[in-house]
Amino acid sequence: MTDIVLTIDGKEVKAKAGMTVLQAAQQEGIHIPTLCHHEKLEAFGGCRLCMVEVESRGWTSYVVSCVYPVAKDIVVRTRSEKVDKIRKVLVEELMAHAPDAPELIKLAEEYGADRNRFERDASFCIVCGLCVRYCNEVKQKNAVGFIDNGARREISFIPEVARKECWDCQECFTICPTSYAQAAYLLSEALAFPGQRKKIKAEKPLQPKSRVIPIMPAPVTT
Amino acid sequence: MPKLHTAAELEKYRAEILASRDPAKPCIAVCAGAACDGMDSAAVAAAFVAAAGKLGDKIEVRTTGCHGYCEKGPNVVVTPGDICYFEVQPADVPDILAATLKGEVVERLVYKDPNTGAKAVHMNEVPFYKHQTRLLIGDNPKIDPMNIDDYFAVGGYAGLVKALTTMTPDQVLDEVKKANLRGRGGGGFPAGSKWETTRNAPEKTKYVIVNGHEGESAAFMDRAMLTGNPHKVLEGLIIGAYAIGAHKGFMYTRHDMPLLEKHVRNALAQAKEYGLLGTDILGSGFDFECELHFDVGIFVSGESSALMRSIEGNAPEPRPKYIRTSVNGIWDKPSNLNNVETWANVPQIINKGAEWFTSIGSEKSKGTKLISLSGNVVNSGIVEVPMGTPLRTLVFDIGGGVRDGKTLKAIHFGGAMGGSIPADLIDAPLDFDGMSKLGAPIGAGGLLLMDEDTDMIEVARYLMDFLVNESCGKCVPCREGMQQMLQILTRLTEGEGKKGDLELLEDLIEVTGTASLCALGKTSGDPLKSMFRYFKPEYESRIAGGSEAK
Repeated sequence: MTDIVLTIDGKEVKAKAGMTVLQAAQQEGIHIPTLCHHEKLEAFGGCRLCMVEVESRGWTSYVVSCVYPVAKDIVVRTRSEKVDKIRKVLVEELMAHAPDAPELIKLAEEYGADRNRFERDASFCIVCGLCVRYCNEVKQKNAVGFIDNGARREISFIPEVARKECWDCQECFTICPTSYAQAAYLLSEALAFPGQRKKIKAEKPLQPKSRVIPIMPAPVTT
Repeated sequence: MPKLHTAAELEKYRAEILASRDPAKPCIAVCAGAACDGMDSAAVAAAFVAAAGKLGDKIEVRTTGCHGYCEKGPNVVVTPGDICYFEVQPADVPDILAATLKGEVVERLVYKDPNTGAKAVHMNEVPFYKHQTRLLIGDNPKIDPMNIDDYFAVGGYAGLVKALTTMTPDQVLDEVKKANLRGRGGGGFPAGSKWETTRNAPEKTKYVIVNGHEGESAAFMDRAMLTGNPHKVLEGLIIGAYAIGAHKGFMYTRHDMPLLEKHVRNALAQAKEYGLLGTDILGSGFDFECELHFDVGIFVSGESSALMRSIEGNAPEPRPKYIRTSVNGIWDKPSNLNNVETWANVPQIINKGAEWFTSIGSEKSKGTKLISLSGNVVNSGIVEVPMGTPLRTLVFDIGGGVRDGKTLKAIHFGGAMGGSIPADLIDAPLDFDGMSKLGAPIGAGGLLLMDEDTDMIEVARYLMDFLVNESCGKCVPCREGMQQMLQILTRLTEGEGKKGDLELLEDLIEVTGTASLCALGKTSGDPLKSMFRYFKPEYESRIAGGSEAK
């Protein structure tokens, strides 16, 4: 198949048909920030942080690069005044929930986001859905899901599934950008099946591989 | 009833129905639309049925869909003559029957002008009806929605017969394109082009969908249309399917309207029984089936890609539409979606032709538009006028002006994703593009009047509160941005506004509008935008002076 030629940040880039703009950029080492994207998962298009400016046939539009397919002769700008503003406000909105999440702090520095701009609602979850989708698409266990809708949407472990499946997996902990998945799981465990993990470990001492759960040091909230 | 195998059989059957009906025999049509039903029109209908039964076969009683004049329900229309009786109670039934038998009119129940006291007996004299062009909803009083024969009697399925027997799919498509029928669901996108995209999509299996998920605040016309005359919508859908080359269709509607469900289920079953759905429809060789689907109770279900996810059996979450649903929709097959009113327009376009259709309306918006009229208006109800009609006609001639002698402050169109314009723009014509430019896009057609006492900030807060609850919550700008806007607006209504709030709102409107995944988030800031355009001083003074503007 012939390559598609497009321009990203002034650079001529070759991509295969069916690739997304994000993939084309990554392949060229051009960085576009993401929060809900994971290479093992189907593109979600939820965090909107990877939004870029696309000029196509004289029209400028703002699209999420994790979903937008590459096309011949389009001109992509990964930074612009408007793109930066979108990212800044999105980060500010998310920091109302998770002010100390390391990824958000890095993004806030990059885009000049004020972590105190919006009223705090410390839910600690930014509802990126990585845990939910990872559990569904990669592990195919569906031990964690979304509940409710709109601003009330949250993730929740389903005790009946989690008690059977989570004790030797917990892979979602490592991909969670805020450590909330871990907290949510531990709370479910404490409420619904306390002590079960220890019990299973005692019964099957050889099986579990010791997994390091990286919890980054939380910076002091100002 | 045996299946109708050919167009000739259908026409013969229609002739038999008409021959069996005496046009001079009085018929009493009792409205069972949502508003009348709420005022217990069922009791009125029952009283008519009981009393008319004792008279032998002299008077027919028919329970129908919405007549339109919701304000004055329960509505009763007596034919011949289209005599309108308003606010009818079961106790009025004997008088109406007696007068009808004698060919007289019950004076006390007819329309009386609130200012002059002048009476209007016939439908075409009542001010609410007289200024309308009721091409779509006009049949409602003549039809029992549960009886397909009533639809045949008013010429139903003649458009389908014409399309299947005398036109190729391309000719049907051409006619709809020439008619410049624009989608009535909100966007005003040309239906013909959309059909063509789906028709030309390479994938062989194609779907057609009726979007009957009306959930916009202050919009209730699609419900009236689909509940009151389901066969008209179905006829449009079958014609569209023929043009597009789809053999499977879906009607997607709300789960919380039992009457609508009953009527649509019944209509689909009847159409199948008569051979208007199924294989080899009317001997044309064209096959088409239609399935009924329900939402799971949130507004975003009506967004086209979310709706299609829902039909697939998934949660109704929109997906990014960089490939249009008309090419890549339900199960990744080309899927053409139009709303109830758009489909309802199709039979008459085929029947009477594009030339006739384009003779109605404004330069770029053709045909009529159903409008739900509500708010501080004297006559609330469902109205149908030609596109291009000045808002003044809608508000004053038909709507009777503002309630309780108050002054008009603003006109709001398009529900929570629409906009408000001030009273001095009342001479603007009802037109897709014109109204969009003014900042109050017609949307699906919910028109809300607001009087001098209206607090615009409270209106914005109310609409935002609606959207926050109806969002799916998948994407950040919609989920978080709207919630932040709601919090700021709530503070403002409580007199707790701060300096910088307007700038904050403007930032949120911009980012939510650009970055949201679907139209719900993208247009969530539109009411606020229109208010900043026309009513900004109200916001500024509220912030400056706390609650003094209340």
